[in-house]
Amino acid sequence: MDKGKPLSAERRRKTIMSVVLAVICIIYVLPVLTVVINSFKYNTYVKTDTFALPLGEMWAGFKNFIKGMTFGNYPFWKSAAYSLSITVLSMALILLFTSMAAWYIARVDSLVCKAIYYLCVFSMVVPFQMVMFTLSKTADKLHLNTPWTIPIVYLGFGAGLAIFMFVGFVKSIPIEIEEAAAIDGCGPIRTFFSVVLPMLKPTMISVGILEIMWVWNDYLLPALVLDINEYRTIPIHIQYLKGSYGTVDLGATMALILMSIIPVIVFYLLCQKHIIKGVAAGAVKG
Amino acid sequence: MSRKTDNPNRVRKRDKHPAGQPLKRPMRKWSWLFLGPVTAAFIIGFVWPFIQGIYLSMCSFKLIRDAKFIGFGNYLTALKDATFVHAFWYTALFAVVSVILINVLAFAVAYALTQGIRGSNLYRTVFFMPNLIGGIVLGYIWSMIFDGILSRYGTSILMETRFGFWGLIILMCWQQIGYMMIIYIAGLQAVPDDMIEAARIDGATKWQTLWHITIPNVMPSITICTFLSLTNGFKLFDQNLALTGGQPFIIQPDGTNIKTTEMLALNIYNTFYSSNSASKGVAQSKAVIFFILVATLGLIQLAYTRKREVQQ
Repeated sequence: MDKGKPLSAERRRKTIMSVVLAVICIIYVLPVLTVVINSFKYNTYVKTDTFALPLGEMWAGFKNFIKGMTFGNYPFWKSAAYSLSITVLSMALILLFTSMAAWYIARVDSLVCKAIYYLCVFSMVVPFQMVMFTLSKTADKLHLNTPWTIPIVYLGFGAGLAIFMFVGFVKSIPIEIEEAAAIDGCGPIRTFFSVVLPMLKPTMISVGILEIMWVWNDYLLPALVLDINEYRTIPIHIQYLKGSYGTVDLGATMALILMSIIPVIVFYLLCQKHIIKGVAAGAVKG
Repeated sequence: MSRKTDNPNRVRKRDKHPAGQPLKRPMRKWSWLFLGPVTAAFIIGFVWPFIQGIYLSMCSFKLIRDAKFIGFGNYLTALKDATFVHAFWYTALFAVVSVILINVLAFAVAYALTQGIRGSNLYRTVFFMPNLIGGIVLGYIWSMIFDGILSRYGTSILMETRFGFWGLIILMCWQQIGYMMIIYIAGLQAVPDDMIEAARIDGATKWQTLWHITIPNVMPSITICTFLSLTNGFKLFDQNLALTGGQPFIIQPDGTNIKTTEMLALNIYNTFYSSNSASKGVAQSKAVIFFILVATLGLIQLAYTRKREVQQ
């Protein structure tokens, strides 16, 4: 008799929750939608009719996108290409070298290994502002100030989290597998590349995702290290557009912002599962 | 040398030794290859700049090559700097408010999403999405939105400190709730079902179950999230720069220009790179103070919340 009551109460509770979540969900999407509608509007209407649909005389078609491509005396495709190559190169460097180092640190018990490991853990709590000035000067001095060499700086400053995560994972792999390989005649290099590396794949994906999210969106490090007049990543490009004096064409800026977030959202929808897993795994960082 | 390790008899003999021996001996020979690249980059990208930074914080200089050691003078100047003190309190207030809001909301959303509601995956996807957009871009998206609203009342986000403050809070909530939600969901899914079932059979209400079973069990997640959002709040830079850039400014009677929505990281940046900076040493000493603050905050927080975790 009594049984039906709590069940229907439960159902009502769930319905209320669904409705609340749906409303939050819509609120969450609105900012991105606002960017979309404003990227099709003429500049003058962006400020006065921000939330109106781009209809009638407001409709600018794709003019903003065409203007955005060469906006601010710097071609957008160039900054996109720099962003992409810096991100891919940095990720490759970080994944390769930190996994190698982490395996060595996890397997060889020496003072040097311990020192490097604890320095890495320590580096995770150091804010970038602490080293930003001296780091940019050091990078200048060593000619690491081009898009092809800045990945080395990323490897250095980003090694902490990657090594921390890899060491944690390597320690959970039974050492017997590697010993078997060694007894079968594998040298350390072959053991690493054909036995350990394949096992590291899940952590590789997590670390890779975290590094991509960091490097792609990073503004301050490349802004301080690179020569701004020649090399601009997407965040630098957008910051310099808005930061420059005079009136900024907001319609074109929104078109540019839209062009810069579409690849990110596509990437997210494609690798959503890995990204969410990677974030949950990387949450241990300080 | 390689003869020793290639000889299978030699290797077999080592089986008596503790685990890993057949592997470690030959590995040490290759230490330069495995550790070399990371160590070199780590020294360039972290160790050397860090040490040099500590040294330069006690120097007076405009260019590194003519740095003169002056002791702790820079620290005194930094602590007496009204803009730095203002940025400190502003950042602290921001961090506290954002930690509370982000964590309460993220926990609520994560709790709702683990109740078996239809479409949970879609909601999760949407809530996490803003995390992939960079701080600079986020700042400009929201400055357009806030100005779109505020311009109807003849004002702008750059006109009043409280607009800048709450604007940044809304922005950070929008960005970070999804991130923290992921961590909370992982924690909530690990709460044993039989424990909740047992509480329900014993007649506990939903609220009692939440307070006495669920929350103590997700304490590790709460620790991580509080810690993360607190340090994120303190280290915030990109969003602050893009949303208000420190505006509005107030000129004090003594001529100092206080940027009312400027946070610590931005204050340090402006001290380094403003055209009238007398000495970059002051900026570097601010950076050291900032580092000590962020590092200790993290440690205190960790020690405090660890105590309240359920012992397994």
